[in-house]
Amino acid sequence: MRFLTLALTLGIASSSILAATPTAAESVNLYSSRKEALMRPLLDAFTEKTGAEVRIVAASGGQLIQRMIAEGEYSPADVLLTVDAGNLWRAADAGMLQSVDSKYLLSVVPSDYRDPGNQWFGLSLRARAVVYATDRVSSDSIATDLGGYIGLAAPVWEGRVAVRSSGNIYNQSLIAAVIANFGAERAEQWVRGVVGNLARPPSGGDRDQIRAVAAGEADVAIVNSYYYALMLGSEESNSIGNTAIYFPTDDQMGTHVNVSGAGVARYAPHPELALAFIEFLASPEAQSLYAEINNEFPVHPDVQPSGEVAKWESFTPDDVPVVEFGKLNADAVRTADRAGWK
Amino acid sequence: MGAALARLSSAGRRIRTLNSWTWTASVTSLLLIAPLLVVVFGLSAPANDLWPHLVDTVLAGYIVNTVGIALGVALGTAILGVSTAWLIAMCDFPGRAFFSWALVLPLALPGYIAAFVYGDLLEFAGPIQTALRDYFGWAKGDYWFPAVRSPLGAVVVLSLVLYPYVYLLVQTAFATQSATLIETGRLLGRGPLRIFRTLAVPLARPALVAGCALAVMETLNDIGVMELFGIGTFTTGIYRAWFGFGDIGAAARLATVLLLVVLAVLWAERRLRKSLRYHPENDRSRPVIRYVLRGRRAAIATLGCGLPVLLGFALPAVFLAWWHVRAGAPIDPAFPAIMLNTLGLALAATALTVAIAWLVVFGLRLDPAFVRPFARTAGAGYAVPGVVVAVGVLGLCSLFDHAVDDVSRMIFGVGTGLLLSGTVTVLLFAYAVRFLAVSMNALESSYHRIPSTLDAAARTLGVFPRGMLVRVHVPLLRGGIATAAALVFVEVMKELPATLILRPFDFNTLAVRAFEMAHEERMADAALPAIAIVAVGLVPLIVLSRRFLQPNVAAETSS
Repeated sequence: MRFLTLALTLGIASSSILAATPTAAESVNLYSSRKEALMRPLLDAFTEKTGAEVRIVAASGGQLIQRMIAEGEYSPADVLLTVDAGNLWRAADAGMLQSVDSKYLLSVVPSDYRDPGNQWFGLSLRARAVVYATDRVSSDSIATDLGGYIGLAAPVWEGRVAVRSSGNIYNQSLIAAVIANFGAERAEQWVRGVVGNLARPPSGGDRDQIRAVAAGEADVAIVNSYYYALMLGSEESNSIGNTAIYFPTDDQMGTHVNVSGAGVARYAPHPELALAFIEFLASPEAQSLYAEINNEFPVHPDVQPSGEVAKWESFTPDDVPVVEFGKLNADAVRTADRAGWK
Repeated sequence: MGAALARLSSAGRRIRTLNSWTWTASVTSLLLIAPLLVVVFGLSAPANDLWPHLVDTVLAGYIVNTVGIALGVALGTAILGVSTAWLIAMCDFPGRAFFSWALVLPLALPGYIAAFVYGDLLEFAGPIQTALRDYFGWAKGDYWFPAVRSPLGAVVVLSLVLYPYVYLLVQTAFATQSATLIETGRLLGRGPLRIFRTLAVPLARPALVAGCALAVMETLNDIGVMELFGIGTFTTGIYRAWFGFGDIGAAARLATVLLLVVLAVLWAERRLRKSLRYHPENDRSRPVIRYVLRGRRAAIATLGCGLPVLLGFALPAVFLAWWHVRAGAPIDPAFPAIMLNTLGLALAATALTVAIAWLVVFGLRLDPAFVRPFARTAGAGYAVPGVVVAVGVLGLCSLFDHAVDDVSRMIFGVGTGLLLSGTVTVLLFAYAVRFLAVSMNALESSYHRIPSTLDAAARTLGVFPRGMLVRVHVPLLRGGIATAAALVFVEVMKELPATLILRPFDFNTLAVRAFEMAHEERMADAALPAIAIVAVGLVPLIVLSRRFLQPNVAAETSS
């Protein structure tokens, strides 16, 4: 028994040493589904500007929401930040966010990119684009044979499409947007068509799809724009020299744009500081950082995209508000399951 | 009369102490089962129409993949583990001493990292297929190449990193238990193959079953490999229903089915082991005289032991290092702090888990009939996905915190808020739930070697049960404790999903860092923490394998 007591004491003592992180007088507690390494420069900039520390727990959006639900009214979370609109909508739906009153956010964030009830706000934009092999697909062909997303289901693309699994929220939101534009029935036909056109079973991440196109395993890949920009800026740029990016658009549906965004937690211990942090993330200074670090499109209309992204042609974003992606998410996932998109 | 009364009252005391040990063991087991019960109670959540949708569309695929991959890994680890164990235990060939411990190394490599490396190497756009296409002038469709991101790929990758469980246990069994019998077999003129087939393997079956069961449980709870390879299993299904749909009812139904499968595996393992238990007490365990291999046979043996080490450890480790060097990535300034944090966490978790396992195993020894059902169920946490354990622990701690808060408000008028939630304690608890089975297995097999006559002797000498534990069991169990501690330590170092969800603010481990960087597809930055996990995990594993290594006796005798 003495050994047991000793071991327990040891365990608890060492854990309390581990837990004894110094608490700043003023700090914002951030639950983030954007990885810490990507947030770090933004957090440091906020601390430098306001003196308030930001403490972070990073995990997937769904997991963080479950944690907030379990912690209930004593949850230490001040801000929930996710990398897609679907999870923000779900957090709001579960009553885990609160409505805020911010003239600044309303003036900076376009209404399509925020919650109508002001519970969350988009902070950066990413297009779900198509990367194609220029040696096998001409730029004319991509505009005429493909056009919009709906063209990905056309017979001409049989065995030529690469895309990751439908478990990925970016694909779910894309399906949701197709449902919003074309109705559930056509959307399901479309998913079946895309699945029938796949060059290989869905696997890997977005970069893997781009590599597959460059190597000749597929001719077109559906990926988020910033992955392509990041690869162009890396040592891999040479090996993907035979590719180009295209933003699908047709008469009915523009280019699908998703947001990363944030909201103040329902039980935030520091609600004012939480709002100040989100407003900071929407400020020109932070927006430039966002654009630089991850090659996304800034949500702030006055801030320009950086690097590779600035060289791309402009495109017409789809006009379905991002809040719809959340509402239609369950339908989208079921559609994917029925159509056999793994 | 007086003496008789004294004897009676002292007997009464003994029974009471006996009960306090067994009760503590049972209650502790219950505490570790509680998070799983929280999940199962999620069944009572209203079933919306997601469950029938899952049944209609993806459930059949989950069953086929889960069962197929689990059986595949059982077979794969059995083949790799038994053949290498036989070579090391029974044969002499160049490199034998080196391989005897090197064969354990793949255990240090997390499955998701191996999957990442092999996915990258072997995919269509990877260096190997690209080189083949360039050399032969092939294009897509001109040649056949196995798809690495497939169920078969998952079986191969998982078998390569999990076979050491089988190797460790079966090697020990070969080297100790069957010595006398094997020599008798030799005297009766049986050849090595026949001895292998008819004597050694049947005798080592309890060890084989135990090793395969560990590998299968790791496979059932795997999420990293399956997600990277795009394979739908029960575990990824639970994940998707819970965090994708936010549907606790459907997730709990899937989790319950998985739990039943796990309990069935555990039950089958016990049954097989029980009916196959051989009593080593009767065997004067001395080293077997090994076959000396020469020429082509020696080369085959060296190759047979070298390939698993190469593929399960060396190759992925070299590629990680190369990625890191190639990119010239600067060393993350946070790295030393993360390293220390991980070490402290793993040590604390190991101390706690091994202590609890010991308590339960000791209770089991004192009163098997009473403690067994609790102990067996508590071991199920090992096969439950870390995510499910995490959510159960989260729920349980939240219940506890809110209950304490309510009581405190009622009595003192002041709430206590969250006492446990968001602290390291929660994380340690989750590790104990997850890894109890690992340490219990090691301790139990160690306990089996302590003859029950020693317990009876301790009882007669009146040092029962505390004196028995401290003065008799502790010295005899040192090896078992070392094994249990080493295994738990390595597991905690590698643990990912529960750590991600339950960790406190600003809390990083090597596994979390490696995962986050790999997820961002920044392999150069993921490489360093991944190498560190492997390197730190090596230390206890090498110590462990040296312990298992038999003293090098002069090998003589025939082919």
